[in-house]
Amino acid sequence: MSVLVNKSSKIIVQGFTGSEGTFHATQMIEYGTNVVGGVTPGKGGTSHLDRPVFNSVSDAVKATGADVSIVFVPPAFAADAIMEAAEAGIKLIVAITEGIPVKDMIMVKEYLLGKEARLIGPNCPGVITAGECKVGIMPGFVFKKGNIGIVSKSGTLTYEAADQVVRAGMGISTAIGIGGDPIIGTTTREAVELFMNDPDTHGIIMIGEIGGSLEAEAAHWIKAHGTKPVVGFIAGQTAPAGRRMGHAGAIVGGHDDTAAAKMKIMAECGIHVCDTPAVIGVTMAKVMAK
Amino acid sequence: MNIHEYQGKQILKSFGVGIQEGIVADTPEQAVAAAQELSKQTGTQWWVVKAQIHAGGRGKGGGVKLAKSLDEVKEKATNIIGMNLVTPQTGPQGKKVNKVLIAQDVYYPGANPTKEFYMSVLLNRQTGRNIIMYSTEGGMDIEEVAAKTPHLIFKEEISPATGLQPFQARKIAFNLGLSGEAFKQMTKFVASLYKAYDTIDASMFEINPVLKTSDDKIIAVDAKVNFDDNGLIRHPDYLAMRDVTEEDATEVEAGEHNLNYVKLDGNVGCMVNGAGLAMATMDMIKLSGGEPANFLDVGGTANAARVEQAFRIILKDPHVKAILVNIFGGIVRCDRVAQGIVDAYKNIGEIPVPIIVRLQGTNATEAKKIIDESGLKVSSAIELKEAADLVNQVLTK
Repeated sequence: MSVLVNKSSKIIVQGFTGSEGTFHATQMIEYGTNVVGGVTPGKGGTSHLDRPVFNSVSDAVKATGADVSIVFVPPAFAADAIMEAAEAGIKLIVAITEGIPVKDMIMVKEYLLGKEARLIGPNCPGVITAGECKVGIMPGFVFKKGNIGIVSKSGTLTYEAADQVVRAGMGISTAIGIGGDPIIGTTTREAVELFMNDPDTHGIIMIGEIGGSLEAEAAHWIKAHGTKPVVGFIAGQTAPAGRRMGHAGAIVGGHDDTAAAKMKIMAECGIHVCDTPAVIGVTMAKVMAK
Repeated sequence: MNIHEYQGKQILKSFGVGIQEGIVADTPEQAVAAAQELSKQTGTQWWVVKAQIHAGGRGKGGGVKLAKSLDEVKEKATNIIGMNLVTPQTGPQGKKVNKVLIAQDVYYPGANPTKEFYMSVLLNRQTGRNIIMYSTEGGMDIEEVAAKTPHLIFKEEISPATGLQPFQARKIAFNLGLSGEAFKQMTKFVASLYKAYDTIDASMFEINPVLKTSDDKIIAVDAKVNFDDNGLIRHPDYLAMRDVTEEDATEVEAGEHNLNYVKLDGNVGCMVNGAGLAMATMDMIKLSGGEPANFLDVGGTANAARVEQAFRIILKDPHVKAILVNIFGGIVRCDRVAQGIVDAYKNIGEIPVPIIVRLQGTNATEAKKIIDESGLKVSSAIELKEAADLVNQVLTK
């Protein structure tokens, strides 16, 4: 068992033949991910990285039975690519693309209502199930196999947390980068819920940042339904109000979306909150030893 | 991206939203000419001289003045243009005023009383849909209204499938207590305002106040218009409205090099890959006894040239006493970053502050070798905790 992706997941790459798509698809294949093909409209029938290229997601699904898609399509066309994947019956869509207009994502969110597809991201590092399947842009070697699940809005901070977990003598079941945009497909709460239901995940690391209310929502859910220990960290304690810190969604608008407010709610809901990113791994080790 | 009130109003007007008319001026002489022209166009007898800066609360800082004669227009414009305007939103350093908007007087007496409302359009992140937020309590700080009389703030959510429906515009006009001609005008105002928001890829509209005039017109007296930066790729005409003089010069320069930099007030500069890790690094600097001097995300394609540029940007801030480089290599390779640090040192000459470099991830070992063999005065660390301790050591020396 694992969360979202595993050895038998069949992955296609949207934006396969572009430079980003080519680079990361190569890395994914080297990791052992079952990449069955890719989509670049107009290049159907050709071959790339020894895999077939299709004109549409629908063609790719019919020919390969793909159930997971990773999207590297440029921002102006990414919303269209996500909706195309959902329409073609893809179950998990991982959107790496950064810079998709909010207006497009409002449309995507509406389009996905009532559809089977789950969206991860956009503007995220993707999903990795250690030792089995990497659908993303993370450095695979950091994620050694184990029983800790990670959900995070940030890419490099996820790698940091995974590295600390491994150094503390544990490993990762699955890591989910949910993305730092104002509108994302899978929320912190949903990712936590997936981990709570996964027998191979014994502890959860939840990494958030300033802006929005996803962490508070997840914390309240954990208080009511949680069955496994959760260690949390919120980035941006020193970020000034009203300034965007890189991620489109990382901006303090009011009192409720500051790091301090989120950390307080998380602690009240029984989450082991770290005040510095340097102790995420050791905190998890302490909690798991209990 | 933020724009000025006068630019925001031009955009709203182009979508049929009623506005307080005005003409922008750079000098007192232009202000007087603008006032004369505005009287011809609108018949206004008095004028409002409004400082154009990217911050709210301008009235409180003395940046909005009523002028009852052309001499007064000249006098007020002379006082405001070039002034350093301090408002609750500018911070204590204030902002220099380069332009004024000469606006018509819209509080003229008439058949009915005037009434001010509040209206904004923004994204509700929880539902992933746009909402129109509005209140009968206009002209006041909306956060104050939310704290004292939250029942007077209303929200109307817009379905992306259907867009704003006429019944929703009517509901808003009803809730604002309007009837007759003013009711009708408000439904038009709301509909055109939302159309503008949706069309231009805005990330926020705040109209405070929305005024019902004594002759029952509905107009925007102020206009705060923010754009979704990701949407600007399809609006080059709006992108041209950017006023870089309103932004921090170093931030603008960083942006030209595709570096995501935000200037802060602290003493420890930092260069990090990834926004989340950058924020976390800032927090760590604080816990190590320092204060972050900046946010800087070098991004996923950091190479020697970019890293050098990042150093130059950080070093522009004279308050920087140390620099912490924190790179976790995923897409970006640590050896490239290490090479960047070495090259930057050579190209800049002597870097006058201590540098702490923490490189971890892809090619971290090769990177450490490059740093260690370079002969530079750079402390290196592998674990985050070590880096934090090194920052503390440097600051307490």
